Amino acid sequence: MADKRHKRTFWERWLPHPLMTLTLVLLWMLLLNSFTVGGLVMGLILGVVIPIITSSFWPERPPIRAYGKALSFMLLVAWDVVVANVIVARLILFHPPESLKTRWVTVPLDLKSPEAITVLAGTISMTPGTVSSDLSADGRSLLVHCLDAPDAEEAVMQMKTRYEARLKEIFP
Amino acid sequence: MAFWLELVISLLIVVGGCFVIVGSVGLVKLPDLMSRLHAPTKATTLGVGGALVASMLYFWGIEGKVSIHEVLITAFLFLTAPVTAHFVAKAYLHQHPEKKPELPPTGRPYGWSTYDAPPDGAAGQAANGEEAERKD
Repeated sequence: MADKRHKRTFWERWLPHPLMTLTLVLLWMLLLNSFTVGGLVMGLILGVVIPIITSSFWPERPPIRAYGKALSFMLLVAWDVVVANVIVARLILFHPPESLKTRWVTVPLDLKSPEAITVLAGTISMTPGTVSSDLSADGRSLLVHCLDAPDAEEAVMQMKTRYEARLKEIFP
Repeated sequence: MAFWLELVISLLIVVGGCFVIVGSVGLVKLPDLMSRLHAPTKATTLGVGGALVASMLYFWGIEGKVSIHEVLITAFLFLTAPVTAHFVAKAYLHQHPEKKPELPPTGRPYGWSTYDAPPDGAAGQAANGEEAERKD
């Protein structure tokens, strides 16, 4: 790890996070809400300078491999959020609160990288009746609170197959 | 065309508003903090989302300007909602240590991080070493 610092190439030195640069430029253009060349230049300056200044916080690049799969994962989550809203709205309106089977479940994690676990926890919080609440002390399993889960095993299986399996392909 | 657009925009605003109301009803109706947490994290995202799509359509179709601010608001909402929910849940667990026996086991040699210390230095080092090897 130590001698890696001396062997940084030109691009690693001046453009340490190309994806972050792209995100920052895009963010800046969205904030301006109109396209001007001056705005684009300012965005590019910010997009180059900020990753260089903060690169010691993120010495590694995010371990994303499959960008196409990441995009389809985002669409899947966006759809699931809409479904989640309808399900939770129905639970709130038409189920007496006493009949809800609220419970805690443990989701054992196969994912290793912190980025992937963060995405999984966020996704679980945004989707049907589940909120991720805690990690085990060694970061290898996730505590999830379910609003209505008659069958704990099934809820865990669904989270693992629907989201974690896809994330495993995105963050190998 | 303008009429149809207005109809769609109004529909989006009304449906969005309904979801926000349902989220608020959930806050009142559900019995304890953890189940109340579900109502605002979800029911509200669609409510705000509906209003944002309506706003984009309005500026694009009726005022003739392209407005993409709303995409940013959606993105930040998706980033902040789960983090906030996670913080509220952790604060709840911290304030109620008596809930500890109700939690399911982690299935690991260590407990939940809210109540139990992380593995000692040696174990943490080993995990980091494994990580570094994998990346190199």
